[in-house]
Formats: sequence, structure tokens, C-alpha cells
Amino acid sequence: METLERLLSEHPFFKGLDPRYIQLIAGCAREVTFKAGEFIFREGDAASHFWLIRNGKISLEVFAPGRGPIMIETLSDSDVMGWSWAVPPYRKQYDARALELTRALEFDALCIRGKCEEEPRLGYELFKRFSQIIGQRLQATRMRLLDIYGTHA
Amino acid sequence: MVLTLRPQTTPAVHIDPMMPTPFRVQRVRRETSDTFTLELEALAPAVRAFAPGQFNMVYLFGVGEVPISISGDPSRPEILVHTVRAVGPVTTAICKLKRGDILGVRGPFGSCWPVVEAAGNDIVVITGGVGLAPLRPAIYYVLAHRGEYGRVALLYGARTPGDMLYRKELEAWRGQFDLQVDVTVDAAKPDEWRGNVGVVTTLIPRAHFDPHHVTALVCGPEIMMRFTILELQKRGLRDDQIYISMERNMKCAIGFCGRCQYGPNFICKDGPVFRFDTVKAVFGKREI
Amino acid sequence: MIGEKVVVERQDFQKLFDALRQRGYQTVGPTVRQGAIVYDQIASVEALPIGWTDEQDGGTYRLKKRDDQALFGYVVGPHSWKKFLHPPLLSLWKAKKNGKGFEIVPDNSDPPQYAFIGVRSCELHAIAIQDRVFTNGKYVDPIYKARRERAFIVAVNCVQAGGTCFCLSMKTGPKAISGFDLALTEIIVDNGRHYFVVEVGTEQGASVLQKVPNKKAQPSDVANADERVQQATQQMGRHLDTTDIQDLLYRNLEHPRWDEVATRCLNCTNCTMVCPTCFCTTVEDVTDLTGQEAERVRKWDSCFTMDFSYVHGGSVRASPKARYRQWMTHKLASWIDQFGTSGCVGCGRCITWCPAAIDITEEVRAIRESELSKA
Repeated sequence: METLERLLSEHPFFKGLDPRYIQLIAGCAREVTFKAGEFIFREGDAASHFWLIRNGKISLEVFAPGRGPIMIETLSDSDVMGWSWAVPPYRKQYDARALELTRALEFDALCIRGKCEEEPRLGYELFKRFSQIIGQRLQATRMRLLDIYGTHA
Repeated sequence: MVLTLRPQTTPAVHIDPMMPTPFRVQRVRRETSDTFTLELEALAPAVRAFAPGQFNMVYLFGVGEVPISISGDPSRPEILVHTVRAVGPVTTAICKLKRGDILGVRGPFGSCWPVVEAAGNDIVVITGGVGLAPLRPAIYYVLAHRGEYGRVALLYGARTPGDMLYRKELEAWRGQFDLQVDVTVDAAKPDEWRGNVGVVTTLIPRAHFDPHHVTALVCGPEIMMRFTILELQKRGLRDDQIYISMERNMKCAIGFCGRCQYGPNFICKDGPVFRFDTVKAVFGKREI
Repeated sequence: MIGEKVVVERQDFQKLFDALRQRGYQTVGPTVRQGAIVYDQIASVEALPIGWTDEQDGGTYRLKKRDDQALFGYVVGPHSWKKFLHPPLLSLWKAKKNGKGFEIVPDNSDPPQYAFIGVRSCELHAIAIQDRVFTNGKYVDPIYKARRERAFIVAVNCVQAGGTCFCLSMKTGPKAISGFDLALTEIIVDNGRHYFVVEVGTEQGASVLQKVPNKKAQPSDVANADERVQQATQQMGRHLDTTDIQDLLYRNLEHPRWDEVATRCLNCTNCTMVCPTCFCTTVEDVTDLTGQEAERVRKWDSCFTMDFSYVHGGSVRASPKARYRQWMTHKLASWIDQFGTSGCVGCGRCITWCPAAIDITEEVRAIRESELSKA
């Protein structure tokens, strides 16, 4: 547990978080490893976890009939993966597949949500951080919508 | 070593700047479905020496003339290289040329990437789509003088893996141990791509450079450059550390037709490469 | 001889034309055509707009008969001397197909040699401004340079100002100070005497003058001439406050006034056509039907057209507002950064020939005053 706490407090995502909250969160976390090609979750799965990628690469994919799987985003070292755990109906919208051997910290979302109900301040601190992630993903997605490399003739 | 790369604008031979010199197509390489790279050789005395970032006016007999960046190796100017994307009648016709066909060329024109001035700094090149074409000569130059620079990173974004330019070269550069090459695409099929997916700006936080001692060279669609500059500023770069390449309508390339004006600047002679702080006042302003 | 002032009588004026034509100059000057005073080839005094004057205001131009027979009793019309120095239509070169390649045949015809008769002070400044554009930079326009070097300039000092004139505001007149071979001030006295006080500007001017009967000007003649030119300064039809004009416009690129003027501006390009300093062009590559011969042609163009700012995908300045803003900020602000002077000489043509009577001096005033009211 002590090592996990140190890992969390060093990570930029949790920077500035009260050590007591780090301890609380660490209680919901464990280290995991995904093999290359392994699915971490599938579209429709309950959003019961989120991850902090330590190193490796994960691809978010959508499967379209007739088109096959399409990669819409890749996440790698230090990225946070998964925000649907915080937003009802708590369901995953994409598939996630490890492209290479990936080590991550996995957080039990039910556990975290429980702790946030008990300690609303913790909930606010996590909200501040996750809203940034959602915002960044939204902006990046909007930029891709613009099809900036297209010819638009 | 004295590096004397300055924009070449005074012709050694007295040529009317509105008259093209014939060049012959030696080789055509297909880069993507709508982009081709042509290697040309001069058929008459012409200025071939150029500085990275400069462009020529390329003329196709009876069809028209368009500005195209030079994409070759500045240390081997006898082979003129142009990467052309078919977006209009002239470029579409140029993309249909074969070995032996003749084109007219005037130039080189414009300002250049500050590869000489940047000696001693880290270099980060951020580009997307066809934007890599005007930057390739700068990359060649930096790699040829690798010892003069600190860390060198190339961040490149494209729509799909099939839309990337210079694929083999990118892979070769990636294989060099003294160069960080990160590539990303907007979308891909997993069986054809094992790299990153996402916009090129997402590569910036992970690029290896010292924000206090870096020169950033940015080229691509204006929207991409806008967001790239924001990310670079987030990493602590000042506006005078960032260089961009701008594009506007051009007919003469010598500052007389007036069409390429961008605020008070003529892109054909004050640009196309600009240090960002010099155009900051108009950059991103609508319809300027 | 330079700086010397002489008097030439009206009845000898034709000899000035003759002297110039004898030296091979094509004499060009004002003449009446279709209700306006335009610039064209003229061989004799009789072709000048004798006894005519012009009444000008926003979107208004009328000719009116004077009650005297003055040769230069008007100001400026829709033409400017750029018509001759920077021709509206020019073939740059022709080319022939040659196997897979082509061969270019440059135009080697002799450049014309013009003598401009009746150049106003504002126009001298406009020519000097275009000199900077075409001959002072990295590249020199050989067409402009050749015509300009060969041109002989007979300037005329304005003794009356026009309804849309504001050369006083732009410090470009009404008196011709330099840039001429000869400068005339026309004087008609009550008793009927009609003469010109002529100032010699160059050796060329002095040489031509030798063929025209003249005598040394008396101090009273010179005083007469100066007094009449001084009158013109009192009659300026418009005024433009140039204080801090560059920053004023640069800091107001998003001012609502641009939207307001855009509701009136038709983007008809008249202002750019009549403006003596506007120089923008397009270059067209054309071919004959067989595809064997091609030609590169240069033509006047205007920043008010959609094509002007076209890049693949569309025009950068798609809205009329953006195009008006480009023209005005270029003319009054960016021009200073580019060439070291204002692009405007206060001739008032853009005001007179705008079908919507848009007034550049009024637009500046509106923006300036809106800042004052905010302060």
C-alpha cells in the first residue's frame, strides 16, 4: 500500500491532492498488467473501473459493421483512461485493447464512488481533475471533426 | 563551420522574375491518393540553391501556375523536388505528369526556416498533412548538421495512415537513435496501424525538449497551427521561439500583385516562414 | 536653370506640345470624354478641357462650363497616370509548345515614352508612391521602371480644390514641390491676360522650355501664382485626421463600423480602379484552342473581388466587410509599414466615384470618434 500511495502522489494527475485522500484512493487501487492484444473492456461493459497507464499503449476502438474495428484514440504513458465511471449510466462506450504490454494502476470505481459519497471534498477534487480529462478529449475530438487535412474544395 | 544558408533571391543569371525556366520531370513518386512527389532537373541555367522553407512558382504550359514549397535536400539542389497535392486544376494536371514531361519553374522565393540561427537549441518540428513537405528540407539540414543541435523531435499528424507523406523516410528517421519521431493519425484500422491515434497536439506534452532552449517549426492547416501554438505556450515556449509557415493566394511571388498580403506582410517576401511574434497581432483574426 | 521661374503666354502654350512631340514624346493629358475629364493622348492645346470645371462630391461628378477659358480649371477625374505607367492590361510573354517543352518569347517592343501634361501635386505623390512599390524593393518591375524613366512630367499647381479633395490633410499638395520636369500655375487676369508661371524642375525641363517662348518671371507674377495656390488650401472639400492613424486602425480591426460600412459597400471595385496608388494585379495564363500557344497576361485586379484572396477551399476574405476593411487598412495603415508612406494622397477619387458615396475620411472619423466617446 505504501508504494501505491507514493506512486499516486508522484503522478501529475493527483498532484496537490491531500495525502489523506491519496490514502483513501490507494485503498481502491491495485497494479495490473495487460498483455499485447488483450481487451481491457468492451463497449457496453459496466464502467466499474478507471486506469492510470504507467507504461504501454492502449487503443480505444469502435466496431462498425462492414468497416471492422476503427481506432479512435490511443492512450499511453501517464494517460488517464476511463471517465464514464463518473457519469451515469456508468457504461463503457468503446472497446479498449492493449497494443503492447501495458502496466497500469486500476481503480475500483464503486469503491471510489463510495468514498466520494462519504467525503464530498474528495469527490470535488476528483471532479476537477476528471472534468479536465473530459474537456481535453472533447477538444481533441472536435479538432478531428474539422477534418483539417481535407481539401474542402 | 560557417553555415551560410540564406534565402536565395538574387539570381546569379539575370532572369526576368516573371519568366519560368523549363525543368524536366525525372521521377514521379506517389505519396498518397492525391499527392505526388516530382523530382525535376533544369533544362536551362537557373538558380537552384534554396533555403529550407522557400517555394517556387511552378508553371504548366497552357494550364497555369501555382506556388509550391521546395521539398528536397538543400545540400543537393541540382535535383529540384516538389510534393504536390491535387486540389485545383493546375495541381491536378501537375499530378498527372510523367517522366520526361516539362514544367516551368520560377524562384526560389520567400523566407526560410531558421535552421542556422537555431544552432545550439533543441528543435521540435510539428506538422500535419502536406505540411511536412515544406519542412522536409529543414529536417534534412538539421540531420546533416546533427551535432549543432540538442534534442530533435518530429511530431507528425495525418488523417489516416494512407495519407502520410514520405512514409519510408519517416520510418528510417524513427530508426535513428538521436531523433524522436512521433506520428499520429485521426483514425485508423488496427490491422494497418500500430502507432498513435489522436490529433497531433496530443503528442506535444510528450515531446522531448527543453522549453527554455528550443526552436519550434510548425507547418500545417491554420487550425492545426493555432492549437499547436497553444500547446507549445502551455509548455513554456515564448512567441519568438515558434516559427510558422503561412499560405495565401499568390500570382507573382515578387510582391507586386498584392494578393498574398497578410496584415502588413507579403507572404511571398516577408514569409512564408514567420516568427510567430511578428504575426501574432493578425494570426487567428477572422478573414485577415 | 533648375528652380528658375519663367512666364509663358497662353498663345505660346501649343509650342510646349510641339517641343515635346518633336523629341519623340507621346503627349498625354486631360480631355473631355463622355461627360468626364479623362487622361488620353492629346496632340494640341485644343484637346484640353478648355473652359470646363468639375463639381465633385460623394458619388457625384459633373462637368460644368466655366466663365473663363482656363486650360486646367478642374481637379482630377476617374483616370490617373498609373494607366500609363502601370498599364491595366499587359502581355508579359508568349510561349510556343516545343515537343514536350515550350519556348518563351519575351516582349521586346520599345517602352512608350510619355509626356504627362497636367499632373497635380497629389498625383506627383501618387507616382512617387508607386515608384517605391515598383522600384525600391527586392524586385523591380521592369515595365514600370522603363516607362517611368522615360516619362516627362509637366505638373500643374491647383488654384482651386475639388469637392472631395483633402491633399492638405495628407500633406501632398496643393503645391507641386518636386518630382516634375516643369510645373505650371495658370493665371487669368481680369483684363484678359492669360499666362503661366512655369517653374523648372530638371535639366530636361529646362531643355524643353528652350523651345517655348518665355521670359523671366517677375516677383509679382510669382506672388500672383503663390496666392492662387494658397486659395486652394482654403477650399478643401474633405479633411482626414492622420494622427496615430496606423494604430487607430490596427487596434480597431473588429470595430462594428466595418459591419456598418459593409451594408453600403457593393464591392464594385470602383475605388481601387480610380485610386492612383492601388496597384494590385492578377496574372492569367491563357492558351489558344489548339494548345500550341500560350500567353501570360497581367491585368489590374482589386482586393474587393472574391478571387483575390482565394486559397483552395474558398476565399479568405469572403465577406464584403473583410474586403472593405482590407482596402482601407492597407491604404492608410499597413502601407506605411510596407513602404514608409501613407498609400493615400487625398485626391478624393474614391469618394467621388463610389456609387454608394462611401467616404474614407468619414469612415476614419467614425472610428476615431467612437473611441473618444468611450474615453
